[in-house]
Amino acid sequence: MSKFQAPEAFSPSSASWKLLPFRFERLNSHVLLTNMVGERVAVSESDFAQIADDGLPADSELVRRLRAAQIIMQPDEKAPLELLALKTRTRYRTLPESTGLHIFVVSLRCEHACPYCQVSRQSSDTDRFDMSTETARRALDLTFRSPSQSLKIEFQGGEPLLNFPLIREIVVEAERRNAQLGRDLSFVIATNLALLTDEVLDFCADHDIYISTSLDGPAELHNKNRPRPGRDSWERAVDGIRRVREALGADRVAALMTTTARSLDRVSDIVDCYVEQGLTEIFLRPLSPYGFAVKTKAYSAYGTDRWLAFYEEGLNYILELNRKGVGLTERFAAIILKKMLTNEVPRYVDLVSPSGIGIGALVYNYDGDVYASDEGRMLAEMGDETFRLGNVHTASYADIMLSDSLLQPLEESFAASAPMCSDCAFEPYCGSDPVYHYATTGDFVGRKPLSGFCRRNMGVFKLLIDKYETDPHARAVFLDWAGR
Amino acid sequence: MIALRARAANVQLSAPLDRTVWLLTDATTATAQRKGRACVVRDDDDFRDGYGLYLTHDPLARSPNGANTLQLPPLLRHLEAGDVISVSEDGQQIRVLWRHRSHHNHILLTERCDHYCLMCSQPPKRGADDWLLRDAFELIRLLPRTTPGIGFTGGEPTLYGDDLLRLLKLCRNLLPFAAVHILSNGRRFSDFSFAAGWAAVENANMMVGIPIYGAEPSLHDYVVQARGAFDDTVRGILNLGQLRQRIEVRVVIHKQTAPRLVEIAEFIARNLPFVEQVALMGLEVTGFARANLDDLWIDPVDYRDDLVEAVRRLDRRRVRTMVYNHQLCLLDRELWPFAGKSISDWKNEYHPECLKCGAAHECGGFFHSSKYRVSPHIKAIPPDEVAAPKALLPLS
Repeated sequence: MSKFQAPEAFSPSSASWKLLPFRFERLNSHVLLTNMVGERVAVSESDFAQIADDGLPADSELVRRLRAAQIIMQPDEKAPLELLALKTRTRYRTLPESTGLHIFVVSLRCEHACPYCQVSRQSSDTDRFDMSTETARRALDLTFRSPSQSLKIEFQGGEPLLNFPLIREIVVEAERRNAQLGRDLSFVIATNLALLTDEVLDFCADHDIYISTSLDGPAELHNKNRPRPGRDSWERAVDGIRRVREALGADRVAALMTTTARSLDRVSDIVDCYVEQGLTEIFLRPLSPYGFAVKTKAYSAYGTDRWLAFYEEGLNYILELNRKGVGLTERFAAIILKKMLTNEVPRYVDLVSPSGIGIGALVYNYDGDVYASDEGRMLAEMGDETFRLGNVHTASYADIMLSDSLLQPLEESFAASAPMCSDCAFEPYCGSDPVYHYATTGDFVGRKPLSGFCRRNMGVFKLLIDKYETDPHARAVFLDWAGR
Repeated sequence: MIALRARAANVQLSAPLDRTVWLLTDATTATAQRKGRACVVRDDDDFRDGYGLYLTHDPLARSPNGANTLQLPPLLRHLEAGDVISVSEDGQQIRVLWRHRSHHNHILLTERCDHYCLMCSQPPKRGADDWLLRDAFELIRLLPRTTPGIGFTGGEPTLYGDDLLRLLKLCRNLLPFAAVHILSNGRRFSDFSFAAGWAAVENANMMVGIPIYGAEPSLHDYVVQARGAFDDTVRGILNLGQLRQRIEVRVVIHKQTAPRLVEIAEFIARNLPFVEQVALMGLEVTGFARANLDDLWIDPVDYRDDLVEAVRRLDRRRVRTMVYNHQLCLLDRELWPFAGKSISDWKNEYHPECLKCGAAHECGGFFHSSKYRVSPHIKAIPPDEVAAPKALLPLS
């Protein structure tokens, strides 16, 4: 007599399911399905067989989960395609806004002598490795040609503070030009802080400049990794971090670490060092195959699997600290989690597809050469100019952005169409790195089964998904990180 | 519970009423503003000339000038100047349209609906009731320009199509400062031209509240008892989002939806993160919800952890999230900052246990209808335990 119909009355009338694009990966105990916008459903092997054999019933728990993630739909439904279209548009919406990051290598000189140095520094008294004012102005011309509303100018080296007068000039000139253009303009100095002066701090305070520095962990580890006259790199870095926090604000400095063979057994010491310095973020980075790192065999000193073990141990330790109320974010995980759990795509050039080369970042070398990425510049220092896009004194903006040196690697490495990437369940979370693959294999695509980039990222994706699904505390922390 | 409709205790009409919707004033109103107004009479001196209708709280022999007079029943003793009522032609039926002291003025526009929700608090009827819409037009013309907010509800207001849009434009023009909130099932917005018409009202103070009861069609369509509803509603929200309209998504939590609460939150966070806010709402035990209580009632304690997880899924994706109609003693403390005092004042009540509770003044309390079912876990919170919420504040 009820006026209400039973739940079954609202099940689909037939099992005529249409499959929407999805990819899968067999994990230990289940099959992971992901759709084109990164939503995940984990199913059992028998469930997976049902899907693959077109044997899904009109309604079931599995059917409902697949519908919720837009992996299947009824022929008469319209919303699933609209949702997928909207989310796809959202994921790619920043593409027309190239190029947000402009790296100025104001000097290749450095007073450190790090064996792992990826940028092949020059000894500090050779000023022919400094950028000239004229080169800087030409680079600014190109910077402001970028359509991106937000422009970040990052000063790198070498040690950029060795050419601080030029930094001042560039900042003042960029602000002068921007007064009429109204872009969201910001500045970063990537410095080892050893040469930090009050003059530098005052200037940074006046111009809202952010500081990025290097901190490899505890003193003896850091100082072994980063030798300089006086063997006091760590002391100077830590003192510098404190001074920056006090002069510019606690959130105006972040540190990056480089992993070396010596680091591998000491991840909790490294993490503790960051906490002791009052830092709220750490980036457990792998070493990349460029610069002195290759010459000195530092890169081959440990394999990807060893690094993954290091990473997992570090992540577990960071999660434990969070459980105790220490708010520390691991940046690499946070970037990936944002891609896994939201429709946002973080502007991290190593983990986007199409690749971030050129369209995410441009590098202006001290001599005016323009590179598609920082790694492209490092490769050139080793004698390979594949990613050199031109020189600021001779090339126009169009020459640079439309050069084959940029477009070819961008197109070939696009993960959604690259061999093996296009079939990979983790493609929505990953990126394409044509420079890495070129450096290691000689072509922009690489061979994924042998790719350290692929192996490392897959390992991290699996680790993060496993923790998210099985550990409620980790899930809460991960949701926090993804929302940052 | 404050009564919003009643029969007049006594009716004295010497001429037919010339209008149905009346703004209540008192005897001090300037002569030029008396025409078409109803005067709330406190004593015999208040029978001054010029009003269209006189309302008395007490039995009165007859108004001195023989004017139209209604004696209000005790249930409507709360009426006062500034309120608006609708009176039937014969003077017998009085409906309260507006209580100027209330922050919860929701105007019923129709009782017709193309849904038949299991828990509907306002069970739909079939007959024509366009007069409700005409009353609403009249009400808006009577309200002061400074009115801070007005809500429209149904039934399904969008069944009126363009007539609803005309009402909303009138609202924008006459009540420029009012936050305008409309409850709709959202299906009509799947027609892009209607959604575009909605956007053309161009009122930045306007928000539509649309319910989602599932992460996929089967559950949502069952809860609203309408096949195809989910597809329409989701596309309606997408159209409104594309037009940059302000949207609130509402999820009523009951026995059917509670087991899917986290999935629903995840669906909204992934697919509809552009909405302005999400309200996760406790069940109001009234209307169909009373009839279907066995299929709908769930003790909020039984979904307590899932509610925390659902709020996290939304809040950490920067979707503003509110938990409505839940008593604080049933919520995890992590959710206290998300809990709103959401129950309309006229149906808001407290439990005997609340008298001992240190958090009662921060708590939303109960629906009047909660007398039909209350969680056995309602428990006073000792005043010395009402410390600041231990954990996370909302990110968004």
